[in-house]
Amino acid sequence: MSRISYREALREALQEAMQRDPRVFLMGEDVGRYGGTYAVSKGLLAEFGPERIRDTPLSELAFVGAGIGAALGGLRPIVEVMTVNFSLLALDQIVNTAATLRHMSGGQCSVPLVIRMTTGAGRQLAAQHSHSLEGWYAHIPGIRVLAPATLEDARGMLWPALEDPDPVILFEHGQLYNVEGELAEGVTVDIRSAKVRRAGRDLTLIAYGGLLGKALEAAEQLAREGIDVEVIDLRVLRPLDDATLLASLAKTHRLVVVDEGWKSGSLAAEVVARLTEQAFYELDAPPVRVCSAEVPIPYAKHLEEAALPQVAVIVAAAHGVCGT
Amino acid sequence: MIEFKLPSLGADMDEGKLLEWKIQPGATVKRGDIVAIVDTAKAAVDIESWVEGTVHQLLIEVGDKVPVGTPIALLLAPGETAESVAQPAAAVPRRRISPAARQRAAALGVDLASVTGTGPDGAVTLQDVETRAAQTTAPSVDRGAEMRRAIAAAMSRSKREIPHYYLSEAIPLRLALSWLERCNAELPVTERLLPAVLLLKAVAIATRRYPEMNGHWLDGAFRVAPAAHLGVAISLRQGGLIAPALHDVAAKPLDVLMHELADLVRRARAGSLRSSELADPTLTVTNLGEQGCESVFGVIYPPQVALVGFGRVMERPWLEQGKLVAMPSVIASLSGDHRASDGHRGALFLAEIRTLLQQPDTL
Repeated sequence: MSRISYREALREALQEAMQRDPRVFLMGEDVGRYGGTYAVSKGLLAEFGPERIRDTPLSELAFVGAGIGAALGGLRPIVEVMTVNFSLLALDQIVNTAATLRHMSGGQCSVPLVIRMTTGAGRQLAAQHSHSLEGWYAHIPGIRVLAPATLEDARGMLWPALEDPDPVILFEHGQLYNVEGELAEGVTVDIRSAKVRRAGRDLTLIAYGGLLGKALEAAEQLAREGIDVEVIDLRVLRPLDDATLLASLAKTHRLVVVDEGWKSGSLAAEVVARLTEQAFYELDAPPVRVCSAEVPIPYAKHLEEAALPQVAVIVAAAHGVCGT
Repeated sequence: MIEFKLPSLGADMDEGKLLEWKIQPGATVKRGDIVAIVDTAKAAVDIESWVEGTVHQLLIEVGDKVPVGTPIALLLAPGETAESVAQPAAAVPRRRISPAARQRAAALGVDLASVTGTGPDGAVTLQDVETRAAQTTAPSVDRGAEMRRAIAAAMSRSKREIPHYYLSEAIPLRLALSWLERCNAELPVTERLLPAVLLLKAVAIATRRYPEMNGHWLDGAFRVAPAAHLGVAISLRQGGLIAPALHDVAAKPLDVLMHELADLVRRARAGSLRSSELADPTLTVTNLGEQGCESVFGVIYPPQVALVGFGRVMERPWLEQGKLVAMPSVIASLSGDHRASDGHRGALFLAEIRTLLQQPDTL
């Protein structure tokens, strides 16, 4: 075990991947000399050189497209996009090209591309840097969408993502980079399953990414109030691991889903819809979603806090569902 | 559209079980018509309509147990048609039963109508169904125990909330009883008057001058009742008691009162009281009768504010114009709610009853 931050765990994963496979390289805005906007790739330029740690022009369309080309050409590119907001400039490359080529080529071409990007709010970066649009990507067939919420997943998800023959997007929540904790050596994780992070029998509380911590905090508070909450970390936003969610719901019969995205057309909506379709007769109360307020994420600190799902709101939702 | 709700028939009633519908969709209902027979903790009661209309829809089924205030039927007001009120009818909410509760109820054979919901917005939950299933296999409800629970709840509330004061007064009844004897001599046995009706009538008339004894304490204030509907405490054969109203006692002649009292006692013991009789009492009178003891100090039935008690009518040593005589008499007591009245007025109220009973021909 060693003390490590989420940022360092991501960096170790990058280092390991570069060391294990010479086809792997990292590119993106400021990943080289600056060390990455969130300092994830700090020091990697010196270790691996400019051929494998490549600074790019400020054009998401161009460098994501270049990543797709490199992947088609046999390399294993890791492309860093500064935030999910900026990735919209590369939507055409990701959605129209990366996600479709295997299908459109009759299986002749695959795009083994990994895209890392920051998502989420909470740091007073205002509306153009704070949104949670991972639910949009989770809508698209042909890509796998991951949301590492723990040190273990930050350290372990990159390698299986690189091994996947199809495009994988990794969403790193901006508030997690400085989170520290103990991490065992040599962790391996899958990129298929949701995980029960806290077992409980009264209520299934589903979260992912930046809100997993708040969900666990809410569960601790609820435990003191006599409600035993099972917290599930989605981890994989596409394809969703229905089986784990259904097993939990069959035990608790009550459901709260937290999602930093907006409620309308959200990933939370998809989770609730799937569980309602498949486990309607297990439900003992209407499922409830706790999502961000339907406004562009505000800059002002108090407004930003008010717009985001907070522990107290999750706790209140749990009480509502339990009728307590 | 009129929502006909299960009425509260007293401080000790919080739910009722439908035993029988007396109306069907399409039937015309007038004020006072019996709508249904509902079982309460104390008795089966005929629920009367206080509205006029045409029955549109029955909302609960025989065997359903619902809380006071639950809409049990929909009536079309005069002039309304089913078409003109189609929207409100559709707006009546479907009962909330969770999907898991439905499934478990089907598996366990539990009748969902018999399950009380404790979930969000009163929804029936899985736990509620399982609790109900456990009850169904438990021994059937003990009627006597339910009655005791109802009495316990109402009387505990009374002693918690009502600051009682107590007064008593010995009332000579020689004039009243001899007057009654003369009256009864001319009447067939079945029509004869009992002393109880004289006592009831005297109490009712006395409330005209002392209205603060007659009414209800509601929401922190006393509300005087427009007429004296005396609650008559009737002990039941299976144990317990019930105190239905004898309506507007002050306005009725003694023979009518006697007839109504006999009918009330008979129906109370047969379990066919009307809802207005349970809901309307404004002042309770308890009369221990010949088998009772000398005096009784009762517990006020909330939200009423007084209770008049009469002990046994018996001959007592009595000083009359300096001589010791044997005087038929009764000890009248008053349990008063000190929030609504004071002992001084209470004493005058008892004195008024005493005075009235000395002029039996005016009653």
